[in-house]
Formats: sequence, C-alpha cells, structure tokens
Amino acid sequence: MKILIVDDFSTMRRIIKNLLRDLGFTNTQEADDGSSALPLLKSSDFDFLVTDWNMPGMTGIDLLKAVRADEKLASLPVLMVTAEAKREQIIEAAQAGVNGYVVKPFTAQALKEKIEKIFQRVDA
Amino acid sequence: MSQADKTGVENSLVLHAKELLSQLETGNSIDAMQTIANLHQQRDQFLFDEVGKLTRSLHSAIQNFAIDAEVGQQDASELSRMGDASDRLNYVIERTEQAANKTMDVVEEIMPLSSAIGDDANSLKEDWGRFMRKDMKPAEFRDLTKKIDNFLTMTADKSAGISGHLTTILLAQDYQDLTGQVIKRVIGLVQEVEDNLVELVKMAGTVDYLTGTQHELPEKEEVDMTAGEGPIINPEKRDDVVSGQDDVDDLLSSLGF
Repeated sequence: MKILIVDDFSTMRRIIKNLLRDLGFTNTQEADDGSSALPLLKSSDFDFLVTDWNMPGMTGIDLLKAVRADEKLASLPVLMVTAEAKREQIIEAAQAGVNGYVVKPFTAQALKEKIEKIFQRVDA
Repeated sequence: MSQADKTGVENSLVLHAKELLSQLETGNSIDAMQTIANLHQQRDQFLFDEVGKLTRSLHSAIQNFAIDAEVGQQDASELSRMGDASDRLNYVIERTEQAANKTMDVVEEIMPLSSAIGDDANSLKEDWGRFMRKDMKPAEFRDLTKKIDNFLTMTADKSAGISGHLTTILLAQDYQDLTGQVIKRVIGLVQEVEDNLVELVKMAGTVDYLTGTQHELPEKEEVDMTAGEGPIINPEKRDDVVSGQDDVDDLLSSLGF
C-alpha cells in the first residue's frame, strides 16, 4: 500500500505520516501542493491519496478534479483532510468524487475510521 | 475637519455669495470681481489646509508605524529582531513549526521505548503465567528471575528516559507564550494602523466635500470558493459551515455518500 500525503505544511504531513504508520501504512511519500503531487501520482503507482484543500499553487480540490479526469488515476481513493468547513465546499468535494472528508482539527480515531471505511468500499 | 469648521466654511461661503449678489445687483462689478477672487481664494485656502492636514496625518501614521517597529529593538529578548508585522508573523510560523517538529521528534523517540517496555512485559507475563500455573522447570525459573531482574533495570532506565523526553515536550510548549506576545504586538499595530486609516479617510472625505468630488465605489469582488478560506475562527456564529467531523459525516450521508 503506497500512499501520497499532500499538504503545504510539513508538520501536518508529518502528523499524518505518523498516524498512518500507527495504522500499519509505512510506505508513504509527500508533496507540498497539487502541482507537485500530480506528476508524482502520474509517474508512480500510488494506492491512496491524502490531500489538504487550501494550498498555494494547485489546491486540493483541483488536484482531486485532475485525478478524476485522468484515465489512469480516475479510480484512486482520495481522502481530503482539511480545515475547509463550509457546507458548499464539502458538497463540492463530494460531487468531485472524494472518498472521504476529514475536517481539521481531527483525531487519530476519525482518520482511522475514514481510511478503514474507504478501503472497505474499495475492496467490496 | 469638524462639523463646526464645516459650518464655518459654509457660513463664510453664504456670506460672500450674498455680498456678491448685492454687488452685482447694484452694478458694482469691480468689487464683485474682488469678491469672486476672495471666494476662490477662500476655497483654495480651506483645500490647502485640509490637504496639509491629510499629508501630516499620513506622515505621522507612517512614522508611528516605523517607531513602533523600532521599539521592539530596545528589547533584549528575541522579539527585538522583529522589524515589522510580517517579520513578526513569520517568526510565529517559525516558532510554531519548530515546536511542532521538536515535539514530534521526541514523540518518535518515546514510541520505541514504550513499546519495548510493553513487549518485554508481555513476554514476561506469559512466563509468569506458566510459573503461576506451576508449569515451569527449575532451570526455566532461574532464567525467569534473570529476565525479571533485567526487565526491572531496563524499565527503570527507560522510564527515566521517557520522563526526560516528556519534560522536553513540556518545555517545547513555551512557543505559546512567545508567539502570543508577538501576535499581541501585531494586533496592536494593526489596530493603530486601522485607527490612522479611519482618520485619513475622514480627512480625505473633507477634501472631497470641499472639491465636490464623488467616488464610485467598486463592487465587492466575489470570493472564489475553490481557493479555500482556511480554518473557520467563529463556527458558532456562522451557519454556512460545519461544526465538526460529526456534521461532515451527517452532511455527506444525507447526500447519499
């Protein structure tokens, strides 16, 4: 299981990386915004994408849309972990095809639940 | 310009206008021209005064801002490096990042210590269970006593290490104090600038009034929603945002996701 973590703050990437490691996911890579993440996703075989929304350069929602529009990446599970909490944003993300939405500040439990739920659905 | 000043200007204008009218009616055109010149001069004088005030206020606002930035340099503390508001805020980002990384460094060091204690305890528990069930040979028991002895020494060592690490985490929280002080200064600065700007706008309004200038206010730009807004600082006062993960889950499931 290879996971890409996209967030413009290195501390948040580190927190998510540590939480994922506790959940048994040790193969992670990092990118600091959508425009650096997209080439990584295209050139490598990631199984899961965790992304923030608000980032300089390419935002997480645009990254999600780009992933869904890409033939090879279209079915990649995407979890959004973000401080963006407007209802219309959450709806927009859902309509763009996000697989899970976690609002910051979040708990380890919330992250774990969403990830498990995503893989249950993917496996089903 | 105060209301009294404004009325003063108007009264004076009315006075001159009446004077002008009577001069024109009596055919005193030389005096009338002089009155027109006076009127003009008076308008210019008020305008110059107001523009002068505006310029002085602008100047002192800029100076206040600069002076405030220099006050920090008298402090021997780390705050003295802060030249201006954005430097100060960058300092906040740096300090919080440092503290977060320091804390995570230490947490990563503690984790193997605590799991080593846990692993050894679990293995001992198994052996101990066998001993309690009297399912242990004397040679194995001698091994077990050695293991227990090692475990006790190791646990004492590791727990001392953990305590030390926890103290480091505790001390790393000093960023709250330091960044709080810096942020308070920046808030003060922003308030001062805001107050000065309000004064400037008032004065500019007087100049506009005297010159009869009217401004068309630009329409508010619509905010691009996809750009994001960042953390919501007052979710309890807004009804367009969710208040937590439960709200997100409810919203998504109500949409069938």
